[in-house]
Amino acid sequence: MTAVSPGVDAVPLRDARSSRRGDRVFSGLTLTAGALVFALLGAIAIFLVVKALPALQHDKSSFWTTKIWDPDGTGRYGVAALVFGTVLSSLLALVMAVPVALGVAAYTVEYAPRRLGRFLGYLTDMLAAVPSVVYGLWGLFFLLPHLIGTQVFLNRWAGWIPLFGGPHGDVNTFSKSVFGASVILAIMVLPIIAAISREVIGQVDPAQKEAALALGATKWEMLRTAVFPPSRPGIVSAVMLGLGRALGETIAVALVIGNTFDISAHVLTPGGNTIAANIANRFGEAGSIGVSALIASGLVLFVITLLVNLLARYVIYRSGVEERSTAV
Amino acid sequence: MTAGTGLRTRSLSSRSLSRPVIGAAVVGAVAFTFLLFAVTPLQGVADFLVAAAVIVVATVTGLTLAVEGRRRAVDRLATSGALLALVLTLLPLGFTLGYTAYRGASRFTGSFLTHSMAGVGPLSANGGVYHAIIGTLEQVLLASLIAVPLGLLVAIYVTEYGRNIFGTAIRFLIDVMTGIPSIVAGLFVLAFWVLALHKGFSGFAGSLALAILELPIVVRSAEEMIRLVPAALREASYALGVPKWKTILRIVLPTAATGITTGVMLAVARVIGETAPVLLVVGNNNFIHTNPFSGPQASLPLYVFQGAGSSSSLDVDRAWAAALTLILIVVVLYVAARLLTRRNSLARR
Repeated sequence: MTAVSPGVDAVPLRDARSSRRGDRVFSGLTLTAGALVFALLGAIAIFLVVKALPALQHDKSSFWTTKIWDPDGTGRYGVAALVFGTVLSSLLALVMAVPVALGVAAYTVEYAPRRLGRFLGYLTDMLAAVPSVVYGLWGLFFLLPHLIGTQVFLNRWAGWIPLFGGPHGDVNTFSKSVFGASVILAIMVLPIIAAISREVIGQVDPAQKEAALALGATKWEMLRTAVFPPSRPGIVSAVMLGLGRALGETIAVALVIGNTFDISAHVLTPGGNTIAANIANRFGEAGSIGVSALIASGLVLFVITLLVNLLARYVIYRSGVEERSTAV
Repeated sequence: MTAGTGLRTRSLSSRSLSRPVIGAAVVGAVAFTFLLFAVTPLQGVADFLVAAAVIVVATVTGLTLAVEGRRRAVDRLATSGALLALVLTLLPLGFTLGYTAYRGASRFTGSFLTHSMAGVGPLSANGGVYHAIIGTLEQVLLASLIAVPLGLLVAIYVTEYGRNIFGTAIRFLIDVMTGIPSIVAGLFVLAFWVLALHKGFSGFAGSLALAILELPIVVRSAEEMIRLVPAALREASYALGVPKWKTILRIVLPTAATGITTGVMLAVARVIGETAPVLLVVGNNNFIHTNPFSGPQASLPLYVFQGAGSSSSLDVDRAWAAALTLILIVVVLYVAARLLTRRNSLARR
């Protein structure tokens, strides 16, 4: 690209004043764009609050503790079951996704040859590019039927743990559940955690790794002593960004979760719900108060994800790691 | 355990396992699993794979422990773990793409791509996604027309002018914005555009929500590319008396153009499959509706979502074909972006 030539000889010195004006206009324009980002985030918060207020004033029960969702009818509704289901499914997803994401990040950076590692990195990122509605469709028609065996197995052998216990019976009673949603969520947040961990692990000083190897450390000892400790802040924030994504995931969860309103730690039994899935599933039939109530629940989700993201970014910024992954 | 304690017990002549021995152990372990499945009631392909993986890892680790000692055994266990993690990552990718192609291929025809759902009865297997493709393309194009110029300006401010606390704050907020759930962006546009301004459902409302999601991705990639432009180019331009704004527009942006295009394509690939905002503010429509500024408009993601929730197997089949269409668009965008990166002299590291 011949970048330097155009326009250069078109600026004689006497144009200095007009060019200074050009500078002012242009920098003003970019500043306005930047300010718009501030305004946008503020506007999101304000409009969600304003449109949530009618429903909150109309609420005949306690918003935080009610486990029913009937804003248009009896006017009784609350987010207790939704918040519980959102947090439970996301945490369960992290338990499954984090070890795998760290393993694949370590493999692509430290074990695989350089070229293969880059290719595997692309493939992992591809997992983040699959639209969530496709994950939902796939989860509903492929994953859920194939998970039944695992659910029966977990219930039979690990049923003494409350998480996997609860009402059980024949194969047919396992269907749309928190467990299925968590598996889908784990697949969806895995590439995000893996991508950031990959970047962070790749930034470790090679001299540290070579020093560990020179002292006779095996590859695992090198990873444990020289790679993971300096990467820890980056990995922690990667996990939190993954958590933020899992908390807010809508369509995939809406298709594979039971859409019920109860607080139950039995993740294998049919049921469960999340804030986002509830919005997607109830929006079509909601009246004006119903829509307002859904916006109120969305406001709760916004605040939760905002806090998680702020914390994650704070950890990244403080550690001084450059994180510019395209998967996030 | 520190590296030092292990070193003393390990002399140069200590025994080690050669590759053929490890290979033989793996083959033996798999054969043993076969035998196990032949004589016991265990069955099923998935169960076999899980059992084989466990037995192979246990055999190799045990063998290493016996011959090479504890440290080597732990190391080999970690290597197996990393490999297993890779397999567990690639499996869902292969199964999602593969199963979507398998289920979608039968209905994925020229007629499916060129017909809408207008006048298609509940028992008819006809109909297609033409109207949804039009809607999706229009909505994403409009979203990009908003998000790309705005994102570029923000990126320019952050890199060229914002070396102050305001610039740092914007960078931070943009990073935080990447974490806004798509349903929240949809709810915001619903509250602001549809409810407060009484604009009603339209494709453009969907574009607004998609633009909110696209903006931070565009800013982040453009920012990175602008930072990669060599300072020497800028200084040469200033030395010739070119003002800053012209330097940015004529020197910096053209140099970073390839990288910025890559970023925009990835951003488009990310938002083109967003269903939640479209569900809330665009509504649905079975007909070809080319005006994105008024009335509900169909879109590919919503088409898939509604088909998935339908009790009719015909709708489900069409949903799979539409999902295949959507994935193909995303993959094309994704691969094109990667190919473009290869030609990008700035990003080649």
